[in-house]
Amino acid sequence: MSDAEIRRADATTRVARLRRTVQQTSPGEVVLYAVLVVMAGFYLVPIESGLVTSIKTNTAIIGTAPYAPPGANGVTLEKWGTAIDALLRGMGNSLLYAVPATVISAVLGSVTAYGLTMPTWKRAYKAPLIALIVAGIFIPYQAVLVPLTQFWSQWVGIAQHLSFVWALGVPDDYAGIVELVITHVAYGLPICTLLFRTYYKTMSTEMIESARLDGASLRRVYRRIVLPLSGPMFAVVLIYQFTQIWNDLLFTLVLVSTESSPAAPVVLILAGLGSSLEGQDFALRMAGAFFAALPTLAVYIFFGEEFAEGVSA
Amino acid sequence: MFDLYRRLSGALGRSSGNDNASGNEARTDGGVVSDRSVPEPGSESDPGPLARVGAAVDRRLGSDFLESSLFWLPPFLLIALFVYGAIIWNLLISLTDYRGFANAPDYGNLDFEMYTRALADPGFIDAAVNTLILLVAFTGATLAVGLLLAILIDRGIRFENAFRTIYLLPMSLSFVVTAQFWLWMYNFNNGIVNLLLGTVGIGPISFLGDQTIVLWAVIFALMWQFSGYAMVVYLAGLRAIPTEHYEAAQVDGASTLKMYWRVIIPQLKGATISAAVVLMVFGMKAFDFLYSLVGGYRPPNGADILATKMVREAYANLNWAYGAAIAIVLFGMALAVIGPYLVYEYRRNNL
Repeated sequence: MSDAEIRRADATTRVARLRRTVQQTSPGEVVLYAVLVVMAGFYLVPIESGLVTSIKTNTAIIGTAPYAPPGANGVTLEKWGTAIDALLRGMGNSLLYAVPATVISAVLGSVTAYGLTMPTWKRAYKAPLIALIVAGIFIPYQAVLVPLTQFWSQWVGIAQHLSFVWALGVPDDYAGIVELVITHVAYGLPICTLLFRTYYKTMSTEMIESARLDGASLRRVYRRIVLPLSGPMFAVVLIYQFTQIWNDLLFTLVLVSTESSPAAPVVLILAGLGSSLEGQDFALRMAGAFFAALPTLAVYIFFGEEFAEGVSA
Repeated sequence: MFDLYRRLSGALGRSSGNDNASGNEARTDGGVVSDRSVPEPGSESDPGPLARVGAAVDRRLGSDFLESSLFWLPPFLLIALFVYGAIIWNLLISLTDYRGFANAPDYGNLDFEMYTRALADPGFIDAAVNTLILLVAFTGATLAVGLLLAILIDRGIRFENAFRTIYLLPMSLSFVVTAQFWLWMYNFNNGIVNLLLGTVGIGPISFLGDQTIVLWAVIFALMWQFSGYAMVVYLAGLRAIPTEHYEAAQVDGASTLKMYWRVIIPQLKGATISAAVVLMVFGMKAFDFLYSLVGGYRPPNGADILATKMVREAYANLNWAYGAAIAIVLFGMALAVIGPYLVYEYRRNNL
C-alpha cells in the first residue's frame, strides 16, 4: 500500500467512526451535552467578557458588544500597563505574607492533625478538642476583628519590636505584613488540621503500630513514616491555603488599612482601582482583576485536581 | 477544663524537660507508658511525683496522651487564643461604650446598651433580614445548581474533567476579582445581563442601583461563584452510592427522574448538610464581595448585611463597641448553624 492509500483508508475509518458515534448518540445525550455546554458558557462568560474588555480602547468599549473581541483598531495594552504599574508592588507584598503563612500553617496543620489522629487516646477527650478546631473553620471573622485590632495595635506592638528592621530603611508599614502572617496562620490552622486529619485517618496503621511496639517515639514515627507519606496532602493543603490567603480582603483591610501604604497587598489596591470622579474605568478594572488573579489562576490551572480535593474535603 | 489544662501543662513541662536531658530513656517512664508498666515506687528509676501524675493522666486519657500533646497542644493554644480568646474579648468589648480614638475600651462599666441600641436601629434590622435572605436563598440556589451539575456530570459523559474544571474555576478567584467581573456584567448600558434581557424585550435594569433587586443580583453572582463547589461535594457523594441502587431502581421500572428523587437524592443527605454549612459560612463572609463592588464600606442601598455593617460601624464610624455587638449577633447566627452540624458529625463518628 502506498502512503496515499493508507491515508485514505485512515480517513474512511475515521469518517465511519464519526458516523457511528453520531448514530449512537441518542436525543437525550444531545440535550445533556447542550446543557453542559450552556452551563460552561455561564461560568466562562463573565471571565471572558472581562478578558476582552481589558484590552479594549475606551471607544471600543462603547462600540462593541461586551463579550465580543475588540476588532483590529480597538486593541490597546495601555490599561494592562496602568494596572501592572498600580498593582505590581501589591503583588510583591501579597507574596511576602501569603507564602510564609501558607507554608507555616500547612506544616503546623500536619503536626497538629498527626497528634490528634495517630496516637491512641480516648475519643471522648479527643472529640471536643477536634470539635473546637473544626468550629474554628466556620467562625465569621467579623466576630474577632475588634479584639484583633486591639491585640496588634495596643498589646503586641510589632512595630516597636522590629525597630532594627526599620533602621535598615524598610518602611514600618511592613509590620502589617508580619501581623498578617501570624493572623493567617492562626485562622488557617483549623482547616489545614482538618484536611490532614481526614487524610491521616485513611492511612494504614499497621506500620505505625509495629514501629511503636519497637519503641519508636511519636516524633520518630512522624518524621520517618507519616511525613514522607504526606506529600499528596501537602500539595492539596498548600494550594488551598495559598488561594484562600491570597484572595482574602478582610484581614488586609483591617491590618494594613490603606491602599496607599507601601505594604498594601494586591487585593486592597484592586478594590479601589478604576473608580474615580469621572466614572468607572472598566477596562482598567478588568485588567487589574486579571493581573491580581494571575497567581491563583496559574495555581488552579496547573493543580486543578488538588484544588478540587481541597475544597471538597 | 481548667484543671485539665493545669495538669497538662505541668506534665508537658516534665516531658519536654526529659526530652532534652536524656533522649530515649525518658520515654520508658514518660509518654509511652501503658497500663502494665506503670513504675512502682522505689523501682530502679524512681520517678518523681510529676511523672507519676503524668502516668495517671495517661492511664485516664489513653496511653499516648502526654507524648502526643507536644504535637497538638501548641497549635491548639494558638487557635484557642486567636479564635476563642478573641470571641470572649469581643463579647467583653461589646458590653463597653468603646468608641472613637481612645486606645482601649473602659472595662469598668459593662452593660447591654449596644444590644438595645441595635434593636432600635432600623439599619441593623434591615441588615439582619438581608443576611437571613442571603443565607437561605444563596445556599438553596447554589445547592440546587450544584446538584444538577453533579448529576449531569455523573452520567458518564466525555470530557468530564474539562467540564468540572470550568465549573469550579470561579471558586478559585477572589471576591475582589469576581466583584469586578459582575460590576461589568450588571452594567446598565453595556452589561451582558442587560444585553441578554434586551433580546427578550426586558430592561435595561439597574441591578446594583435598585434597592429591591440588588440583593438578588448579589446572590446570583455568589451562586455563580460557588455552585462549582456544591457540584464537587455532590459528585463525591454520588460516586459513593453503590451502582446496585441505580440498577435496582431501574429494574423496578422507575423513571430516571423518579429514581433520582426517590432513591439517589435521599442518600445525599450527608453531602447536602456539609455543603450547606460551608456555603452559609461563605455567605456570611460575603463582605469582601460587597466591599469590592463599591470600593468602600457602604454597600449599595438594599444590600447591607451584618458582615458589612459590623465592619463599617467599627472601622469607618469608629463605633467599636457597637461593631463588636453586631459581630456577636453574627457569631450567634453562625453558631446556630455550626453547633448542630458538629453534633451531627460527632454522632456519625466523624470527629
